[in-house]
Amino acid sequence: MRKAIKNDKESLKSEEHIREIKRRDFFKLLGGGIFIFFQPFDAFDLLELQAQQGRSLPKDFNAFLQITEDGLVNCYTGKVEMGQGAITSLPQIMADELDVPYEKVKMFMGDTDLCPWDRGTNGSQTIRTFSISMRAAAAEAKAVLMQLASENLHVPVSRLEVKDGLVSDTANNRSKVSYGELTKGKKIERHLDRKAVLKDAAKFKYVGKPYLHQDARIKVTGEAEFSADIKLPGLLHARILRPPSHGAKLLTADVSEAEKIKGVRVVRDGELIAVLSDDRDKADQAIVKVKAEYSFDEIKVDDKTIFDRILNAKSTANVVRSNGDPETGRKISDTVIESEFHNSYVAHAPIEPHAATAMIEGDKITAWVSTQTPFPAQESIAREMNVPLEKVRVITPFVGAGFGGKSAHRQSVEAVKLARITGRPVVVAWTRQEEFFYDTFRPAAVVKITSGMDKSGRITLWDYHTYYAGSRGSDTIYDVQHSRTTDYSRGSVHPFGTGAWRAPGNNTNTFARESQINIMASKAGIDPLDFRLKNLKDEKMIGVLKAVADKFGYTSAKNPSGRGYGIACGTDVGTWVAHMAEVKVDKNTGHVQVIRVACAQDMGLCINPQGATIQMEGCITMGMGYALTEEIQFQGGNIRNQSFDTYEIPRFSWVPKIDTVIMDRKDQAPQGGGEPAIICMGAVIANAVFDATGARLYQLPMTPERILAAMKKA
Amino acid sequence: MEETIRFELNGKRTELLLDPNQTLLWVLRYKCGLTGTKYGCGMGFCGACTVLLEGEPVRSCMLPVSDAANKKIITIEGLARNGDLHPLQKAFMEYDALQCGYCTPGMIMTAVGLLMKNPEPSQQDIIKGMEDNLCRCGSHVRIIKAIQTAGKEMKGGR
Ligand code: FES
Ligand code: FES
Repeated sequence: MRKAIKNDKESLKSEEHIREIKRRDFFKLLGGGIFIFFQPFDAFDLLELQAQQGRSLPKDFNAFLQITEDGLVNCYTGKVEMGQGAITSLPQIMADELDVPYEKVKMFMGDTDLCPWDRGTNGSQTIRTFSISMRAAAAEAKAVLMQLASENLHVPVSRLEVKDGLVSDTANNRSKVSYGELTKGKKIERHLDRKAVLKDAAKFKYVGKPYLHQDARIKVTGEAEFSADIKLPGLLHARILRPPSHGAKLLTADVSEAEKIKGVRVVRDGELIAVLSDDRDKADQAIVKVKAEYSFDEIKVDDKTIFDRILNAKSTANVVRSNGDPETGRKISDTVIESEFHNSYVAHAPIEPHAATAMIEGDKITAWVSTQTPFPAQESIAREMNVPLEKVRVITPFVGAGFGGKSAHRQSVEAVKLARITGRPVVVAWTRQEEFFYDTFRPAAVVKITSGMDKSGRITLWDYHTYYAGSRGSDTIYDVQHSRTTDYSRGSVHPFGTGAWRAPGNNTNTFARESQINIMASKAGIDPLDFRLKNLKDEKMIGVLKAVADKFGYTSAKNPSGRGYGIACGTDVGTWVAHMAEVKVDKNTGHVQVIRVACAQDMGLCINPQGATIQMEGCITMGMGYALTEEIQFQGGNIRNQSFDTYEIPRFSWVPKIDTVIMDRKDQAPQGGGEPAIICMGAVIANAVFDATGARLYQLPMTPERILAAMKKA
Repeated sequence: MEETIRFELNGKRTELLLDPNQTLLWVLRYKCGLTGTKYGCGMGFCGACTVLLEGEPVRSCMLPVSDAANKKIITIEGLARNGDLHPLQKAFMEYDALQCGYCTPGMIMTAVGLLMKNPEPSQQDIIKGMEDNLCRCGSHVRIIKAIQTAGKEMKGGR
């Protein structure tokens, strides 16, 4: 561990160095124009990042905007496009702030040679923090342009107006000059360190309007390139020997049979054993011919016993927040309810498995990587190959979705190593089995809640314990006098890798909290919406609940009402969401069909309503999977699920009618949209199942067997 | 072991000297350079690799290239005519029926096969026909709408 940190410091030095080089070089590379450098992290992110990575941050800038000599606006950022639509929504903001046509704005994303450092595309940060600084940078660029125009036209700035990149004198409309003309022959560099004056939201022309995916055309024709689509002469296809389970150690490997296949090259570099060929088929044939023996360090845990392991682990208790005193809360409660909720490991399972294509020319390494973290991937490659950072270029083509799973980028190092050894370009495109095996699963977790209320149904106690879910989404959200949230997450309990999964932590926490609230409501004999409204002070939460009830056409009833209606709400990445669902439960088979889902979302200023709606639909659809079927089955380090036959993700026949509402909040800062609408899916369906059957599910996913078992108990 | 395999690929006569047991998916992607056809699972479960063989949607990850000998193959790259997109491609764009776009070629090819058999599919027909094509981003609702719209347009004469 210590070594890793030291290495990081060294790489930081070279990082600073490369930034210097970049600064000098990119004028050469990018020509003239106006450059605005900016730093899209807010103070909290900075602190968090320092704590996580144990290193200081680039103080300089990590994104920039260029107004080119032909009046184009280019934005260079280390963020990537993986279906979330940043490539579509970010230009809307810039076009508005700069008063240029939308088509004139271009994004350059995820290329470590062209774009400044960025930690990765995750946590719905692209719009939340990035877009705000980007908007300020655009405003600054406009201020520079107006100054230039004022000198050029010899009129004060106050007399100027801009339309579609053309600045004109309001007193004499024949006197005008274009952004391109103003920029010609100039190299103006500005650093954004003060608050820019932003455009009034009421004047937006592009922001707030629905925009279709900008990249749709090349994606429907098959032209869009993903990381395994890079065409290079002499490309070798690699397959790598994989252990049968996590924790297995390679003892011996006999590659003689593989070597006999004509056109196959076997490569061995320490633990890495790979077969390579011009033909993918030959590599596939050869890899199964490698005979390997392993030693196993059996970890005695499986998908059933993991919850005991989690509860018994020696973890430190960390009180995340507290209010009042739980003991007092218990004393003044008329009813106290204790529950324990379980959530399983789930896979990211993007349809594009991890892939990387690597090429080495002289001492320069180029890798096209399917990743959410191009810069960390560049750092890993440089470290593993022992070369300076500037000798590694990571390019991020389109990414076939990530959901957090493509923050891990092991395949990039594999491809580069094999390219170095063979002296040829190499593609490492994981099989579905490898994708399941090396996925950094959403961690299994337990939440224990003791809550109490008085006779009127006011919540008087909320004692919340979350084990290994993470604390995101563990906020009480309700107005409770005596509450405490404790997080138990230190120390490792997982027999394999885990990591961030769309709205990390929040799916588990919201499932537990919102299930418990419905348990209390039905105990109190109060409709679950009324119960929530009674116990909420948060105006935004009340707003989204009322909006979703309206959209859904909800009428009050005590649960179980037999209607199969569910409700849940929560917050994530600065956005408030509330869901309602209607389900049908087959009482013979335990099968759940979700009939319809409504969702209301308060995300502050919504840049692209079309994009935001699509993200909500995507969240709702994907979220049904972890609610109903998705669960990694394992025995120690042995992952049983290898493909979509045993790991069932949502399909066409599952899809409910989806209704979405986005609250009109033009006056507020934009918040995250890629994750919030998934957090309620466990609870909203669990609560609907209870309303339909009277059976309470305490564990996700709610498989037919679990539903039948719960119905027996009910 | 190698032999000459001929087929018509997106309207072009194609001749390759190769092992007839090679997988059609890899041949299309890496011998013919048509990388629009995607790998998602290699086991027939996801549909990302779907192409049309004699007008029938097939999973190219499951077929040896010899099965395509002397037949007509259409891939996602062969759908547009002279730059004019196929109604399904247009409808996918119009409805924004994609996010990451990785499942999209397989979705469109499966839908082409579906509409050829049944130009006026009901919602249920579409769900049934598309059921084994997986999309992780959750574009399903929009894909259904896109297929319905394209069906109508195609019936009206392309
Ligand atoms: S890749 Fe062929 S069905 Fe999944
Ligand atoms: S759009 Fe990403 S898998 Fe379908």
